[in-house]
Amino acid sequence: MPYPVPVPDELSRPFWDAVNERRLVLQYCAECERLQYPPQHSCAKCGSSDRLGWREVEGTGHIRTYIVSHDTRIALKQPDQPFNVAVVTLDTDPGITFLSNLPGTPVDEVPVGAAVELTFVEAEPGTLIHEWRVTR
Amino acid sequence: MSDVSADGATPTRWHRDKPGLGVWEHRGRVAIAGLGHSPVDRRWDGQSLDRTLGAFAAFAATEALEDAGLSLDDVDGVVTCPGPTGDPWAPRPYPGPPYDSEDGLTTVTAEWLTRRLGLPNVDYSVNIREGYYLSGHALGFAAQAVGDGRCNTCLVVYPMGNLPGRYQHSGEMALDRAEGPQQWMMPWGYYLSAGTRLTLVYREYCRKYGKSEDGLAPLATTLRRNGLMVPWGFYANSEPQEITEQDYLESRYIHKPLRMLDCDRPMNGVGAYLVTTADRAQDLRQPPVYVLNHVQVFGKARGQIPSLDEVESWTRLQAEMMWEGSGLGPGDVDIFNAYDGFLTLPQFTVEAFEWHGVKRGEAFDFYAGDISVHGPHPFLSGGGNLGCGRTRTAHHHDSVEQLRGQAGARQVTVRADVAYTGSGAPDLAGGLLLSKHPG
Ligand SMILES: [Zn+2]
Repeated sequence: MPYPVPVPDELSRPFWDAVNERRLVLQYCAECERLQYPPQHSCAKCGSSDRLGWREVEGTGHIRTYIVSHDTRIALKQPDQPFNVAVVTLDTDPGITFLSNLPGTPVDEVPVGAAVELTFVEAEPGTLIHEWRVTR
Repeated sequence: MSDVSADGATPTRWHRDKPGLGVWEHRGRVAIAGLGHSPVDRRWDGQSLDRTLGAFAAFAATEALEDAGLSLDDVDGVVTCPGPTGDPWAPRPYPGPPYDSEDGLTTVTAEWLTRRLGLPNVDYSVNIREGYYLSGHALGFAAQAVGDGRCNTCLVVYPMGNLPGRYQHSGEMALDRAEGPQQWMMPWGYYLSAGTRLTLVYREYCRKYGKSEDGLAPLATTLRRNGLMVPWGFYANSEPQEITEQDYLESRYIHKPLRMLDCDRPMNGVGAYLVTTADRAQDLRQPPVYVLNHVQVFGKARGQIPSLDEVESWTRLQAEMMWEGSGLGPGDVDIFNAYDGFLTLPQFTVEAFEWHGVKRGEAFDFYAGDISVHGPHPFLSGGGNLGCGRTRTAHHHDSVEQLRGQAGARQVTVRADVAYTGSGAPDLAGGLLLSKHPG
């Protein structure tokens, strides 16, 4: 499964740096005591930026829902169709969601509601992407 | 006079997007007085200068003026969502003036149209550039502008362009690197579309309420049938065949469970409306269709993908605001043209509005009954985008025509005094409540 390579920017660099160290580090607003993903320049709740930091979270979640991509607009992903596109909620805060192709799960055999754990795949040599794998 | 802030953005003070605003201050004092529609082509062929998006906008506007019995010099406001909605024409060579830029081919600005039509008295011109404002938002914006007195007779045009080639498959979608917002989506094969975002929620809906993912089949056949009765509709003119439930169920998957026949097809076409004061409308050619309220929803999901709970809270908000601002309730609405950019969307809206008593989780059972235009529950009588092509105008045109009693073969047999019309997915909706009566 090819993965378009994310290009870190000033805002996202701490996130991708952590992913390359096989850690999941999310934005955290100390004012609201709330996680945020994807990173933004300010807290979506209180609007402040000065209380926004980073916090490592435990890589466990659950599958909320999924679709199977048969005709995506994304050129790089087209040769590997059909593939799963799932929404994973983070156990620490189920309001936080991630997209996942669920490596290891057969196409269209996604166990909705099942537990998943964080894993990492290589988008290109030296660049990791966070992914999720069904816990057996 | 323009109505755009320093950074080029449309101001947001016109929004009616939260509860507690009370009855709309211009309720029944603004009306839709004219309708026009261009032919609808699947694509602009790159050659026919009488079928460009700009030529179609001029055609639709002229038809709306004739419909209302107004002349060019009566128009003092122009509101457009200029686009582009698809890919640019460049780098292909431009045909020459007035098509020497994207304007007129893939966009239609208020200035371009004003020049092209020769409107002499326009002093209120607005190009709504925010892509999430659709036709229903533009109509709400114009209704507020007329009510506020910023203009008296406002021409609203909504151009939807489509060119040869696959729709929105170019640009960053063709890259192997994901920058900016794409870095959080593209790696996993996800991109922004109600067809991806809300199909995920649709599946959550079916799971929660124990409904079959094939439950939209009766709606698919009904919308095509309704659309075949729309004189300007794409299918009525170019593919005049009904579809069967089997056709729907056997259509290929785009993002399973989203099928090809769940998706509206991109088109090249333009709808036009004349919005004016109720006082003025009463002296014009057509029976006025009064605006009782307009509302907008700008739902912000906590996570990357909205949850079913969030989508249901946004549609509930839309309904609550609509009742509050209009003073009406579910039992008052006769015509219900919920937005159907994808067939997977309308159940969220109809259930929130409890139209004809439909509650959460009950839409598919409702669809399985009689929802034909001549039956007791004429749902989406205009055929929507699915029945007419993606012009995002069928909802509004049908609502006005039903209230006027001019819907022809589609005219409902039940009462047609009040209509709901909308556009946009539940998280980015712009809705209006229209009525034959000002109060
Ligand atoms: Zn905060």
